[in-house]
Amino acid sequence: MTKQEALFKYTLRLGDNSLILGHRLSEWSSYAPILEEDLALTNIALDLIGRAQALLKYAAEIESKARTEDDLVFKRAERQFLNVLLLEQPNGDFAMTIARQIFNSAFELLLFEELSKSKDEMLASLATKCLKEVKYHWRHAYDWLQRLGDGTDESHARMQKAINDLWMFTGELFEIDEVETILINDAIVIDTRELHDKWLTKISDAIKTATLTHPAEGYMQTGGRIGIHTENLGFILAEMQYLPRAYPDAKW
Amino acid sequence: MNEQKNLEGFEKIINADKKVEPRDWMPEDYRKHLIRQISQHGHSEIIGMQPEGNWITRAPSLRAKLILLAKVQDEAGHGLYLYSATETLGISREELVEQLQTGKAKYSTIFNYPAVTWADMGTIGWLVDGAAIVNQISLQRTSYGPYSRAMIRICKEESFHQRQGYEIMTHMARGTAEQREMAQDALNRWWWPSLMMFGPHDSNSPNTGKAIRWKIKRDSNDDLRQRFIDKTAKQADVIGLTIPDPKLQWNDERGHYDFGEIDWAEFDRVVKGDGPCNKQRIAHHLKAHKDGAWVREAASVYAAKRAKKAA
Repeated sequence: MTKQEALFKYTLRLGDNSLILGHRLSEWSSYAPILEEDLALTNIALDLIGRAQALLKYAAEIESKARTEDDLVFKRAERQFLNVLLLEQPNGDFAMTIARQIFNSAFELLLFEELSKSKDEMLASLATKCLKEVKYHWRHAYDWLQRLGDGTDESHARMQKAINDLWMFTGELFEIDEVETILINDAIVIDTRELHDKWLTKISDAIKTATLTHPAEGYMQTGGRIGIHTENLGFILAEMQYLPRAYPDAKW
Repeated sequence: MNEQKNLEGFEKIINADKKVEPRDWMPEDYRKHLIRQISQHGHSEIIGMQPEGNWITRAPSLRAKLILLAKVQDEAGHGLYLYSATETLGISREELVEQLQTGKAKYSTIFNYPAVTWADMGTIGWLVDGAAIVNQISLQRTSYGPYSRAMIRICKEESFHQRQGYEIMTHMARGTAEQREMAQDALNRWWWPSLMMFGPHDSNSPNTGKAIRWKIKRDSNDDLRQRFIDKTAKQADVIGLTIPDPKLQWNDERGHYDFGEIDWAEFDRVVKGDGPCNKQRIAHHLKAHKDGAWVREAASVYAAKRAKKAA
């Protein structure tokens, strides 16, 4: 793998993560528990899809095969998407969405902080911009984790179930393979394994303050980063890609 | 005696074209009329999120997706803003939501039609928001201060919505044969319902009299409708789409377009609940509200716990 190929794949993974989570959050539109939350979830979805647009545009540039960011979104198949499994999981109830948000935003907070120092100027500047947004995403998820964890018996039980159910998808966030190894050597990315302890402390503290119990350690699922997804992704793509696939000659 | 003096003070404000503010005395009918009108406007924003929200996950480009998402978010914001304006008249958000869900309060009949193709995102922006703007520009001069200020703020965003809708239509009208067909079909389906958005003819509009006298409404239904048709007919011409009204024709003498008769039986039917989506829209709202009940309860219990700890 060349450095260019590694950078393409790395940027694609980041872009897919933003895209798929943005898609999921956009599904909440007009379904949120309260109007203010409809606004908040859409806000986060807008940040993520905007970020996906910038990252995938950059990925397409790195690739230099005359593909656009829209080609990458609308014309790739299931096995070519490289987002982590956590982010394609269904919204579930509001607690499930908050659990997904807290796991991911805690990770992104640490990741983008490091990435803002990347030797790759484009990634560094994108990460710096995202960092402001991710701070809000984290705050939003943290506050809801507290309210639901320390709210009613029902909300406590739902929140506990949500963090337990999604826990097996958190390991994949910290995996590295040849892609990262190449880029770590050039100080373009850091070794995400090194972020795990900080992440765990952050999450454990948040869970504890919310009067919840830390999920039991167990087997961690993997596969999204190499394009082997849960069954959820196919449905996301069927919906997302339908128009450009049905009318390949049309411009919108 | 006091009542008489109050009324004189109120009419003085109205006649001087000044704004009535929440702290001012106002006739009970004025208050009732405003609650009905502003909340109906707010509910329209909220229910209006559904037909468009339904296309966010299927938008055909990242750009289109971002614009649509931002637009639906604006609508939620407008809804919130209008609910707040209504609350200044002494009714709570919970009561307003309940009125919507029980059918006591109405929302614009237009949202009881389905958004079946992507071209409908174009027509909703172009026609529905276009009609809304004509109405809202007029309402910027409404006599109730909070409503007037809400309209000024909302109009700025609505004109962006209208432009993005027209842009979708332009792309499609100039696109492939299939896209052109989709665009014309959407115009055919949405044209008449969007004319109905202005309400019944003036001769048949029971609420218009007082509302005009109190300057809640500043223009009549028929005048606003005409203004919309004059503006929109030209825009359709520019992109080569045909408005589905054989009687639509420029009248030099009147300086306006003449147009055919609206199917008022259809209007009445949809207002009364038999539009294609009336049941679906309210069921959707109820489901979201019901599914979220435990979240709202948790938030208020948590807030109470925190307040107790702080005390």
